[in-house]
Amino acid sequence: MNFFFEVLLGGLLAGLMYSLVAIGFVLIYKASGVFNFAQGSMVLFSALTFVSLLERGIAFWFAFGITLLIMLLLAWVIERFVLRKLVNRPPITLFMATLGLSYIIEGLAQLFWGAQVHGLELGINDEPFEFLGILLSQFDLFAAAVAGTLVLLLSLLFDKTRTGIALRAVADDQLAALAVGIKLQKLWFIVWAVAGFVGLVAGLLWGARLGVQFSLSLIVLKALPVLIIGGFTSVGGAIAGGLIIGASEKLAEVFIGPYIGGGIENWFPYALAMLFLLVRPAGIFGERAIERV
Amino acid sequence: MTGRNFLLNLEHISLSFKGVKAVTDISFGVRESEICALIGPNGAGKSSLLNIINGVYQPDKGSITFDGKTRQAMKPHHAAEQGIARTFQNIALFKGMSVLDNVLTGRNLKVKSNWIEQLFNLGRAPGDAVFQRKKAEEIIEFLSIQAWRNSIVGNLPYGLQKRVELARALAAEPTLLLLDEPMAGMNNDEKYEMSRFILDTQREFGTTIVLIEHDISVVMSLAQHVVVLDYGKKIGDGTPDEVRINPEVIDAYLGLKH
Repeated sequence: MNFFFEVLLGGLLAGLMYSLVAIGFVLIYKASGVFNFAQGSMVLFSALTFVSLLERGIAFWFAFGITLLIMLLLAWVIERFVLRKLVNRPPITLFMATLGLSYIIEGLAQLFWGAQVHGLELGINDEPFEFLGILLSQFDLFAAAVAGTLVLLLSLLFDKTRTGIALRAVADDQLAALAVGIKLQKLWFIVWAVAGFVGLVAGLLWGARLGVQFSLSLIVLKALPVLIIGGFTSVGGAIAGGLIIGASEKLAEVFIGPYIGGGIENWFPYALAMLFLLVRPAGIFGERAIERV
Repeated sequence: MTGRNFLLNLEHISLSFKGVKAVTDISFGVRESEICALIGPNGAGKSSLLNIINGVYQPDKGSITFDGKTRQAMKPHHAAEQGIARTFQNIALFKGMSVLDNVLTGRNLKVKSNWIEQLFNLGRAPGDAVFQRKKAEEIIEFLSIQAWRNSIVGNLPYGLQKRVELARALAAEPTLLLLDEPMAGMNNDEKYEMSRFILDTQREFGTTIVLIEHDISVVMSLAQHVVVLDYGKKIGDGTPDEVRINPEVIDAYLGLKH
């Protein structure tokens, strides 16, 4: 039984790492109704920038601050030169723009910092310790705490302030939002800046786990099933989706895997997501689409 | 006509899209607290004109004076800040949100507290929230949509959605209200009801209203001032009675016997 809980807890904690990536998507989806394909590149870009600054002998928090500033600048540039031109265009246009942005950001990252793999040490002890007879990873606990704090902050920011209601308005109808005096441009900047910040945090944690390298941008694909299950519009949903994916893929790998030859972990989340699409397409916490016919 | 001042003055406004002239050299004035109707056949440039006033389109030529300030180009949120609110021809509500939340977005520019106060519910935030809610409720009551306060807007019937859109515009306490076909697709009862609300708005708040409407009988009973457009040009301008006997208008639009 202890083994079961160990797998379950390990899976839940790993799931929060997925949530961390998924939150970045949720923010931009909430504000524009678009799946931001460039989120993975932003994770890679921020992690690569941070680790390169660190390797040039810049102190940890200083490097963090500089990277954050660069992410803010990136958000400003994206809003000013891409999004502003695309107001009131269909979501597919915006999506294609994020696809393009994704390659530009990836290219820039490699142009500035090169393509080699960097190790990243955050100074967190990764030795497992025992808690009530269960082995837990300290690093996973730390990542979980970070994810929890982020979620709390973001949900306060978007539920308690008028930015929240403005966000939902913008996602629904940009022209109408402009007409009631919502500053679309400021809002989009805020959202991309926050998504950049979330990307940075995710980049550091994932970078420490996998090494900072090109494939970091592929965690986009891991976030997809999380979003489908949790719902694209809910920060809390991203957490729930991450927990479900994390726990179920690890449990499936350990308990079902041996019967069908293992390797389940890699495809199980997608199969689960597909099942969700059939039953509840908007996800657990997502807003259901309303269409009068 | 009344001796009131002009709130809105359009001078020699022209706009074309890729060489197609939408609006050509149009000038007219709208006085404070009057209801001004823009009429004309489809494609006459009525909606384009409304979009120019509200800053969605920038005119190629001409200037607009609103509330004493003259300008050529402006952005929609600047228009909103100056007190111009509007509704859209194809309802543009926030469909996933409740009636109350939609009306509250109309109060967006009236919110005094900043986001830090809102985040921690400190300083001006609690009082502000109560005040905005109270103002929104007043408008909801004014338009008799209390029963649907918490309904999701996308689920409401068409006529009610039109009313919610008016409520959102009124929540901003506008000095100028632009209504793009507020009665399109309505039956006679609904049209009558909407007319009442528009007249009540004028009487209660002294709001200046510019509206586009196709139903001539509605226009004639509602408006104090009618501007007639045809192929992007102004062909008539005056009181309903003056416009009714203008031969050019009769030719182009009313199609009555000569």
